[in-house]
Amino acid sequence: MAANDFDIHYVADLARLQLSPEEEQRLGAQLGNILGYVEQLRTVDVSGVDPTSHAFPLVNVTRPDVARPGIPQDEALRNAPLKSNGLFIVPKIVE
Amino acid sequence: MLHRLTVTELVDRLARREASSREALQSCLDQIAKVDGQLKAFLSYDAPDALAQADAADHDLAAGVTHTQKPLLGVPIALKDVLCQKGQPCNCGSKILGNFVSPYDATVVEKLKAAGAVVFGRLNMDEFAMGSSTENSAFFTTRNPWDTDRIPGGSSGGSAAAVAANEAFATLGSDTGGSIRQPAALCGCVGVKPTYGRVSRYGLVAFASSLDQVGSFTRSTRDAALITRTISGHDPRDSTSLDQPVPDYTAGLDGDLHGLRLGLAKEFMVGGLDPEVRDAVAAAVQKLQDLGATIEEVSLPHSEHAVATYYIIATAEASANLARFDGVRYGARVAGADPTEMYKRTRGAGFGAEVKRRIILGTYVLSSGYYDAYYLRAQKVRTLIRQDFLEAFKKVDAIVSPTTPTAAFKLGEKTQDPLQMYLSDIFTISCNLAGISGLSLPCGFTREPKLPIGLQLLGPPLGESTLFRIAHAYEQATPWHRDISPLG
Repeated sequence: MAANDFDIHYVADLARLQLSPEEEQRLGAQLGNILGYVEQLRTVDVSGVDPTSHAFPLVNVTRPDVARPGIPQDEALRNAPLKSNGLFIVPKIVE
Repeated sequence: MLHRLTVTELVDRLARREASSREALQSCLDQIAKVDGQLKAFLSYDAPDALAQADAADHDLAAGVTHTQKPLLGVPIALKDVLCQKGQPCNCGSKILGNFVSPYDATVVEKLKAAGAVVFGRLNMDEFAMGSSTENSAFFTTRNPWDTDRIPGGSSGGSAAAVAANEAFATLGSDTGGSIRQPAALCGCVGVKPTYGRVSRYGLVAFASSLDQVGSFTRSTRDAALITRTISGHDPRDSTSLDQPVPDYTAGLDGDLHGLRLGLAKEFMVGGLDPEVRDAVAAAVQKLQDLGATIEEVSLPHSEHAVATYYIIATAEASANLARFDGVRYGARVAGADPTEMYKRTRGAGFGAEVKRRIILGTYVLSSGYYDAYYLRAQKVRTLIRQDFLEAFKKVDAIVSPTTPTAAFKLGEKTQDPLQMYLSDIFTISCNLAGISGLSLPCGFTREPKLPIGLQLLGPPLGESTLFRIAHAYEQATPWHRDISPLG
């Protein structure tokens, strides 16, 4: 767990976040601090401890595999920045 | 002065036809017009829609519908801007959602409406519920109604301020690490974080899915019990919601605490606690004993790791939940040559600094090579934190603590150092990690300036009945709930 491995430019790219150079520097420094703080978890003895993913453990929550009405198409498109022919329009993905 | 009534008092007036729902709503709207220019709790509200709902409620009352059938009939309740209400904006305190209008009601909104409430308003919040002061709102900062140079707390700052300033009879907020309890403490009202799964999260814009819960802000414990009961229950649309019966939380509020065992966590009574907060909580503990409860020391040995654990787990979950804001299907879009560039520019422009910090941190702790060292380890410490509480609850019925280490701080005081802001959540955060129930209620004021101090009660999973019982008894035996804020 080395906080000095933290490359904000790389991680921001993974997160699809464009940062200005000023942001990279400022946020990078603040995050370095925060990472330094969370390093303390390394001192906790977690041998034999199971991880908790659910605050109140429930398992196998299912419902019958029966089709139910969903949101109508026009409602789903209502907030679209760009739409046409019942589709969300985005920049070209495939060359 | 209708707007100063509690929900319970208003229901009584409405039932006797001594006041109408329209009059009650109008008194809220008048109060908002009078003080919200200064307070800035509301991002927006749809008065015509609210008045139409109030008229419909009055129509029901005239037709003989009772409060046994619809317990909140005619009561105006406002929403944190993170809960979807059909036909209304939902911005989560952010620019990235643009002109988004919700196509559906959150389950809690459906339940409030089914109970006859008049549901209105978009209350200010820290962007995507990330913050402890409402200073991270992309729009403006809400003020504390007790001192407008100070913050109301966060992330549900608008919800707390609106109730404390009598702009609404009750409000809903959300609590992921303390975002209901902390602002309730700083604004002097009752705030409840129900047990994880007690209240459906369908229609609550997700921040951290294993930590988020919806809860109420009210001016009395009885009101909190009533609203919690209304919004609780299993929901097939939220697979984390509990299929457990909802008790009548308003029953058994009789003021007697004999037989109740309360715990004081020794790790919580530490340095960094403001002396006036310490004294107020100590006096509250004495009062609880006078009412018949017994007090003993308990230990929550892993408390010191709660903030670190939270900021790994919550940010990791947030990085996943906020990936949906990409400019494709809703919200603001910044154009790009290809989708990837569009995502980066849209998100770079649309998210504020705290949201970016948390998304980046969350992405890092989940990334290849770091997942085991950070996220998996934090999940294991989370197990230990939960076990501490479950162990303590074998000896005591509830744990008592300060809600916050200090009273409300000034605007700008903690914005330079994010870590300082995070550490102000030290008493509230472990409750969400452990999945247990929590509540904050007023237990006094600082001397100069006069600022509210909150007492926190933490209960076992599904322990809300016990918390309401303790809170109600304490509240009725003390004067704090009767004080009105300068803006109220």
